[in-house]
Amino acid sequence: MSTGLAVGTAPELAAPKKARRPRWFWYAVIGGALLLISTLRVITGANDIDSSGAIAATIGLTMPILLAGLGGLWSERAGVANIGLEGMMILGTWGGAFFAYNYGVWAGLIGAILLGAVGGAVHALATVIFGVDHIVSGVAVNLLGAGAASYLAVRTFKGLPGGGETQSPPLDPFPALTIAPAADALGQVERSGTWLLADIASILRALVNNLSVVTILTVLLVVGTWWVLWRTAFGLRLRSCGEAPQAAETLGVNVIKYKFIAVLISGGFAGLGGGFLALVASNLYREGQTAGRGYIGLAAMIFGNWRPGGLTAGAALFGYTDAINLRGRGDVIHAYLLPIAIGLIAWGIWQIVRRRQGKPLAGVVPVVTGVLAAAWFFLTAAVPREFTGMTPYVATLLVLAFASQRLRMPKADGQVYRKGEAR
Amino acid sequence: MGAAAPVLSIVVAMVVTSIILLLAKDPVGAVWAQLLKLPSPRLTIAIINSAIVLYLSAVAVAIGFRMNLFNIGVDGQYRVAAFAAATFGGQAWLPGWLNIIVSLAVAMGAGALWAAIAGWLKVKRGVSEVISTIMLNAIATYLVAFLLQKVALSSEGSNVTNTKSLPESSRVPGIPVTIGEQQREIYGLLFLAILVGFLYWFVLNKTRFGFDLRATGGSETAAVASGVKVKRMVLTSMVLSGAIAGLVGMPLLFGQDYAYGTTFQPGLGFAGIAVALLGRNHHIGMAVAAIVWGFLEQQSNGLQINAGVSDRLVGVIQGVIVLSVVIAYELVRRANIALEQRTVAAALAAEKAKTQRDAAEVSA
Repeated sequence: MSTGLAVGTAPELAAPKKARRPRWFWYAVIGGALLLISTLRVITGANDIDSSGAIAATIGLTMPILLAGLGGLWSERAGVANIGLEGMMILGTWGGAFFAYNYGVWAGLIGAILLGAVGGAVHALATVIFGVDHIVSGVAVNLLGAGAASYLAVRTFKGLPGGGETQSPPLDPFPALTIAPAADALGQVERSGTWLLADIASILRALVNNLSVVTILTVLLVVGTWWVLWRTAFGLRLRSCGEAPQAAETLGVNVIKYKFIAVLISGGFAGLGGGFLALVASNLYREGQTAGRGYIGLAAMIFGNWRPGGLTAGAALFGYTDAINLRGRGDVIHAYLLPIAIGLIAWGIWQIVRRRQGKPLAGVVPVVTGVLAAAWFFLTAAVPREFTGMTPYVATLLVLAFASQRLRMPKADGQVYRKGEAR
Repeated sequence: MGAAAPVLSIVVAMVVTSIILLLAKDPVGAVWAQLLKLPSPRLTIAIINSAIVLYLSAVAVAIGFRMNLFNIGVDGQYRVAAFAAATFGGQAWLPGWLNIIVSLAVAMGAGALWAAIAGWLKVKRGVSEVISTIMLNAIATYLVAFLLQKVALSSEGSNVTNTKSLPESSRVPGIPVTIGEQQREIYGLLFLAILVGFLYWFVLNKTRFGFDLRATGGSETAAVASGVKVKRMVLTSMVLSGAIAGLVGMPLLFGQDYAYGTTFQPGLGFAGIAVALLGRNHHIGMAVAAIVWGFLEQQSNGLQINAGVSDRLVGVIQGVIVLSVVIAYELVRRANIALEQRTVAAALAAEKAKTQRDAAEVSA
C-alpha cells in the first residue's frame, strides 16, 4: 500500500501459481448466497433482508463507494497510492451541487468530475511531479478538500433560499427509469413471500423501479474502466507504470505523463462519487456528506484485489450494510448471526476432525466463537445500531487479516518514481 | 536552513490563499489584517491551550513517522482513550490525584491497545497500517458511541450524552497567567506535554531503542543487517504511538470538559498529522508548528465579524500550508542530495587529478 515498512510479511511471497477460479465458481457463489439469504428470510422472518426497498437502497449507497473505488483503482494501477480520495470526493459534492444549482443537473455531474479532478491534479502535482510521499500528500489533499469545500459552500450557498452555511438549496432530481407494469407484477410476487421466488422478484423489482440514470452510467463506467485498463494499449502502459515504471521507461513509455493522467482520472471518478451523493443519493450538498466513503472506496478496492469485479463486490457489500444500517434494521444483521454461527462451528469441527499436525486445537477457537454467536442470536432480538454500522469496517479488517496473503497489489504501488533513476 | 522550508511554505500558502480570496471576491486585506493581528490576551491563552493538545497528537504521529509507519489512527486512539479515562475517572474509585494518575494510565493503556491491533495485524498478517488504522478509526467512532450510550444511561440525573463528570478533587487546576488586566488559565497538563516532548527527544536521540527506531525508518535492510528485530520494533513503536495518542484528549478532559461526551473535540488526530509534518517530527519544530496551527484556528474565529469572510477559510490555509511544506521539504532534500553529489564528484575528480599529477612527476 505504501512505501512504509515491509516487515517481511509483504504479500509478495512468491504467490503459489494457483489457477484462477473458473467463472462458474463465482456464479455458484452468487447463487449460493441467494439461496442462503432467501432461506434465512423464511426462517427468521427478517423480511427486510432483501426487500426491494433494501436492494434499491443498497444500489444507491453502493454507487458512490464504487466510484471512489474506481478512482482508487485508476490511481493505484498507475502506482500512485491515493488516500486523498476522501478529499476529492468532498470537492465533488460541492462541485456537483454548485453546478447543478446554477446550470442544471447534467452540468452538476460535469462539475463534480471537474472539482474532483482539481483535487486529483493537486495530488498528482505533489506526488508525480514533486515526488512527495503518496500517503503524506493524500492526507494533505483530504485536509485541503474538506477546507475548500466548506469555505466554498459558505461563499456560494449562504443566503440562497433553502441554503445555508453547511448545505445547498434543494436540487432538481435526475431522471430515473421505471418500467411500471413489470414493477407492479414483480411487487406482487415479492409480497407473496414465496421462498426464492420472492427474493428474485424483489431484486429484479429494484432494477426496474426508479433506477437512476446515473446508476446505469456508473455501471457502464466500471465496464469501461475494465476495458480501457485491460484491453487497450493505453491501459497496458498505464498498468506497467504501476508494476515496473523503470522497465516501462526503457520501453519508451512516458511514465510521468501516464501517472499524471491516471491520478487526474482518479480524481474525476472520486469527484463523480461525491456528485452522486449530492445529486442522486440526496438532493443537496451537506457538510460531512461523504462520511468517510472515500476511505471505504479505497478499502473496497483492496478488498477486490485491485480488480474492477472484486471492487464492485466489495462496494456492494459496503453498500448493503450501509443500507441495512440506515433503514435501522438491527434484525437483519441479527439474522446473519445464524449462518455465521453455523459456519464457524462447522469449520471448527472440520478442523478438529482433520487434526492438523502440530495444531490439535486449531478448531477450538472457531467453535467457541460460533457458539457465542449462536448464543447472541438466540438470546437477543436485534443487534444494536452501532454494531450494524461497524460491520463493513470489521469485515474489511477480517478480509485483510485472513486474505492479505492472497491479495496482490501493483508491484510499484506507492513508490515515488523519478525519471531516469535506476532501481 | 532548517527553518527555510516551513517559512517559505507559509509564504506560499499566503500567496495561494490570497489568490483564492481574489477569485472568490473576498476582501484580501481585511482577512490578513484579522489573521495576522496581535491576538488578544484571551486568544493568546486559547492558542497555547490548543497548541498543548495538538503537540501531544503530533508527537504520537511522529513516533510512527520516524520509522516510516503511518499511524493515521491517532484519531480513533485518542477518542477511545479519552472515553476510557473519562469513564474510569468519573467513577471516583480513587481519591484526588491518585485518580488523575491512574486515569492517565488508563488512557495510555486504551490508546496503546487500540493501536496494538493495527500493529499486530501488520506484524502477523502483513496488513498495511494505513488501511487498518483508517478502519479502526471508523470502528472506534461506532464503539465509543455505543459504549457512551450504555454508560450515560446508567448514570442517573446527568446529561444523557456525557459520561459522569470527574469529581472536583480529580480535576487538574489551570496555571493562572495574567496578561495586562486579565487573568486566564493555561491547562495544568502543559507539564505533561513538556514531559512527553522531553521523553520523545530523549528516547529517540539518546537511547539504543531510539537509534534502532530511527535506523529502521532510515533503511530497513540496514537495520535488519545490524540486528534490529523489525517486527518487534513495529509493534513497540505502534504501541508507544498509541499510548501517547491516548494522552491527546487528557488536557481537555482534566482541564476543561471534565467528562467525555458527544461534544468532545473531534479531528485532533488528523490535525496532529499536519502538525507533525509541518514540524518535521522535531521536538521543538512540532511545538512551533502546534502554536502556528492553534494561532490560525483561534485567529480565524474573528474572520466573520471583522472581515465578513467565513472562518472555514482557515481549513484552506492549513491544507495549502501542509501541501507546500511537504513539497518544499522534498525540494530541499533533492537539492541537498544534488549538492552532495556535486561536492563528492568534485572531490573525487580533484583526487584523481592529484594522483595523475603525482604519477606524472614520478615518471618524469
